[in-house]
Amino acid sequence: MTAERVVEARHLVKRFGSFEAVKGIDVAIDRGESFGFLGPNGAGKTSTMRMMSAVSQPTEGTITIFGLDPRTDGPDIRRRLGVVAQEDSLELELSVRLNLEMFGRYFDLPRRVVRERVDELLDFAQLTERADDKVDNLSGGMKRRLTIARGLINQPEILILDEPTTGLDPQARHLLWDRLYRLKREGVTLIITTHYMDEAEQLCDRLVVMDRGTIVAEGAPRTLIERYSTREVVELRFSTDDHEEFHSRLSPFAERVEVLPDRVLLYVNEGDETLMEIHAAGITPSSALVRRSSLEDVFLHLTGRTLTD
Amino acid sequence: MTRLALFGTRRSLRILERNALVYRSQWLMLVSGFFEPLFYLLSIGIGLNHLVGDLHVHGRVVSYATFVAPGMLATSAMNGAMIDTVFNTFFKLKISHTYDALLSTPLEVTDVALGEVWWALARATVYGASFIACMALLGDAGSWWVVLCWPGAILTSLAFSCIGLAACTYVRSWQDFDLVTLVQLPLFLFSATFFPISLYPRWLGAIVSFSPLYQSASLLRGFSLGQFDWMMVIRAGYLVAIALVGLRIASQRFRRILTP
Ligand SMILES: Nc1ncnc2c1ncn2[C@@H]1O[C@H](COP(=O)(O)OP(=O)(O)OP(=O)(O)O)[C@@H](O)[C@H]1O
Ligand SMILES: [Mg+2]
Repeated sequence: MTAERVVEARHLVKRFGSFEAVKGIDVAIDRGESFGFLGPNGAGKTSTMRMMSAVSQPTEGTITIFGLDPRTDGPDIRRRLGVVAQEDSLELELSVRLNLEMFGRYFDLPRRVVRERVDELLDFAQLTERADDKVDNLSGGMKRRLTIARGLINQPEILILDEPTTGLDPQARHLLWDRLYRLKREGVTLIITTHYMDEAEQLCDRLVVMDRGTIVAEGAPRTLIERYSTREVVELRFSTDDHEEFHSRLSPFAERVEVLPDRVLLYVNEGDETLMEIHAAGITPSSALVRRSSLEDVFLHLTGRTLTD
Repeated sequence: MTRLALFGTRRSLRILERNALVYRSQWLMLVSGFFEPLFYLLSIGIGLNHLVGDLHVHGRVVSYATFVAPGMLATSAMNGAMIDTVFNTFFKLKISHTYDALLSTPLEVTDVALGEVWWALARATVYGASFIACMALLGDAGSWWVVLCWPGAILTSLAFSCIGLAACTYVRSWQDFDLVTLVQLPLFLFSATFFPISLYPRWLGAIVSFSPLYQSASLLRGFSLGQFDWMMVIRAGYLVAIALVGLRIASQRFRRILTP
């Protein structure tokens, strides 16, 4: 049995005036998948998410969500989506509880159903004690948690999360991951953008890397690492203001060398071996570290930038 | 109306619900709405009543207070609708970004614009009733037909809330509100709300007849005095037309701003 396509985008273009933020991307997402978008600032992730949320219309190309066209069936599509946008935009004057209740009303949910779900969601967001506080008085992370909870009020089939964990403390992040696993097991499709590669590796079955409006790579996290990086990475730091000078000296030792402001990365298969060769050649870094390749390296290779930049 | 449009209308009522919820915590503002008519009627009505004396309106002698009260009602409906839409909606549209989250629910941009109009009308319904009650109590109602001023005030609020919604989309910062005042004040002063338009030279009267506030005040005055003529149909039609144009512009501008 083939899985049901829940999102299908063909040659999706988004222009703001003459500026092209999304330059003709193709994306297909199946029901139950968790799909990630990685990319540096301004890559076009949010613009893409807004089109997938049936909020903004593509300038060119087509997108179907649940097989429906957002241009004509926007309300029916959005009724089945949960959206956690990059910006919280909560009702600051209202209490935590009323924020959730009112949001449920936008989905035409009966008040009784909303009340039940609100209690569960307050618990999930760990805001039960703050339920009657004005949202204005919450901390940034609490607001983020409330925004995430709000996106679940209609028990969506697809949950779209635009940088959900930015601003969350580690404990809240892991709690959210747990909850997202649970939703995934229940069959909810997850679409996530993030700047944290551990999050992408943990949560995503499949992901794309976007850069300047285009998709530069696509695949499962492990596949991407195998395809775009070596098995291991040697990280070297030198006591110098400019690591660039080591680029040419180190290139003979590795498949690829990346110079960052504070360190040099050598892409190799056997890290320890390489390190010995370097020492033997009389090059003495102030610190050295051998580790396995990660998504961060894929990202750096593809976009020339670090994930959190 | 198509089925789709009807659904849209129903969805837009959620905005009404939302505003009621938010303003519940701002009851002071709601109460002030009740006092406003009293201030108008007491200050301008009673104050000037003795100075001005009686007036002839279409062969009927009425006190100045009776003459001016419908004009004040029209002005109050205009101010209420404009403050609601221009100031509050600007805030929600461009400062607090309240609508951004709503648009990820089944609500559409047009529902949001229409919902804000419902809200303005709901307030006009309450304030209009209290204004008319004050008129009756102070003896400023020209006849029992004054009850028609109620839907008349709501119609006024409809026209001005749609104008206000369209206007607020052009506001870029708080400074721009001075421009709104710059339009609203002469509209109030020149719309023959507190004296008969016949006092104007012909040419000025012709210009003034384009003012929606003038049309509203004339309509309400006709209702209050129980003096009906076919011009009232045109006046009401004019206000409806303004509302439709305003709402259309507002919807398009909202769409451009909210879902670029
Ligand atoms: N409403 C708009 N008007 C004009 N330009 C816009 C608008 N929205 C986005 N852009 C531009 O489109 C590009 C992509 O923006 P987008 O928000 O999609 O990036 P992003 O990948 O989400 O970045 P970030 O990681 O910073 O959230 C940026 O250059 C941005 O300035
Ligand atoms: Mg973004």
